[in-house]
Amino acid sequence: MPEQEQKRIQRKGGGAGEAGDGAGQEQAASKASELKDEMDEILDEIDAVLEENAEEFVKSYVQKGGE
Amino acid sequence: MAIPKVLGTETEYGIAAPGAPDFNPVLSSSLLISSFAGALRRIRWDYEDESPLRDARGFEPVPARDVGDDDLGLANVVLPNGARYYVDHAHPEYSTPECASVRDLVVHDRAGERILERSLDEVMAQLPATPPLSIYKNNSDGKGNSYGTHENYLVDRATPFADIVRDLTPFFVTRQVFTGAGKLGLEGQWDERGRARYQLSQRADFFETEVGLETTLKRPIINTRDEPHADPEKYRRLHVIVGDANLCEVATFLKLGTTAIVLKMIEDSFLPDLSLVNPVAAIHEISRDPSLATTAELADGRRLTAVQLQWEYFELARKYVEHEDDTPENREIVDRWEAVLQGLEADPQTLSAQLDWVAKLRVLDGYRERDGLSWTDPKLRAIDLQYHDVRRDKGLFHRLAAAGKVERLVGDDEVERAMLEPPHDTRAYFRGRCISRFPDAIAAASWDSLIIDTGGEALQRIPMREPLRGTRQHVEQLFETCKDAAELVATLQG
Repeated sequence: MPEQEQKRIQRKGGGAGEAGDGAGQEQAASKASELKDEMDEILDEIDAVLEENAEEFVKSYVQKGGE
Repeated sequence: MAIPKVLGTETEYGIAAPGAPDFNPVLSSSLLISSFAGALRRIRWDYEDESPLRDARGFEPVPARDVGDDDLGLANVVLPNGARYYVDHAHPEYSTPECASVRDLVVHDRAGERILERSLDEVMAQLPATPPLSIYKNNSDGKGNSYGTHENYLVDRATPFADIVRDLTPFFVTRQVFTGAGKLGLEGQWDERGRARYQLSQRADFFETEVGLETTLKRPIINTRDEPHADPEKYRRLHVIVGDANLCEVATFLKLGTTAIVLKMIEDSFLPDLSLVNPVAAIHEISRDPSLATTAELADGRRLTAVQLQWEYFELARKYVEHEDDTPENREIVDRWEAVLQGLEADPQTLSAQLDWVAKLRVLDGYRERDGLSWTDPKLRAIDLQYHDVRRDKGLFHRLAAAGKVERLVGDDEVERAMLEPPHDTRAYFRGRCISRFPDAIAAASWDSLIIDTGGEALQRIPMREPLRGTRQHVEQLFETCKDAAELVATLQG
């Protein structure tokens, strides 16, 4: 059991300690930019279908009688 | 002793008619179901054996005689795939047929969503003047009302109920780290000033007791309903009400799969005592902390996070599967459970393709950043709701899935088939095939019987008390050789 905990702690600590050399930072920046582009894509997708009158839409939904 | 886990889910769907002031959810639910049933034979559900008021702890409260949904003639059908589709109070409800594997359950759970989506199409096609309806697979309307996504598991009757309560409660309190579907705010309260802005679970707010029979108020973490729909000497049907509705297939797979393994461990007395000092407080506190840092106190004095307590169950499950129940599906459940717990520890955002609460939070955070929205902005509440819309062209989960942002476990073609075909390896096969082959001869159906009209004087009751009998292997021949229901009954009784 202690062995398993040890392994898990190591797994957790793994990423944080890496030193940022030039190449590493560049990689991180381009990954962040990738994720942002991906996010923008997702938001565009969702913009197209999201209910227009959000306030009214949410206010009017009431569901009684549930278990 | 551990027995095969026959599984099923019952999903209460939210129903709305945006912009329609005279909306009647009871009648609209009935319309939805009967439109779908359309050409399918309408089967009267046989209520005789149901006794939801029987309590697993050993007493039966005196029931008041209510006017039930059935008395009002509301839609209540058994489908050719062995499922039950019906109006429950003020919403449509879908109960999957019995499944013998977790993967089959994922297929049939998804098939239920498709049936709800198809029902919307049918209503529009048959009654075009109907105000448009919306259907949500979630558990909260944000105004203090909750509706359930219940799970059912076949359990050995010999297992003491007290063991189930003791060993399952800490598991249910903590599994929300991967089963939670996410929710904005506390129930009915929108708090800008730093208290719960986003929760892991849709359902946690509504749980107020540890054990009990209630399902509509003072909800208990462990529900004691004792309605096995099977041989009551051998079997218990554990009725679980604490879970969230899931759309991500990995979340559904893990919700059912991990719980099934934990139940087998309980049946085999494999677990140490992991009791929490205050499970009701813990289920709320854990839900309200998406950083996953909150700890709960165990009776043994330790304080663990939800993920740490899940690791305890995981380690035991891994050993159990290896030594007692080494099947490909169990190995997959254990592997995915491990991957998810590792992801939750390292960075939950990496699990947006697997877990509903993460996927939804990612969308909410995206909008907050891009449009500078506060946590109380109505647009975010609209996202929280529309994530769960069952229509594939409107539901935000489905848009994410169409864009390839969600991990799928099952194929659309098998889901389509499951809308009409029962599982092969449970009694749902017999039920579903009877309904397909002899729709006019089925007078009534329940989970554990069929009542057949052979054209003779008396109706014939076929008991189905064994969930694993009546499979394709057992009865396929019967359907091939019998030309009508009378012959089927005669062969079964001969």
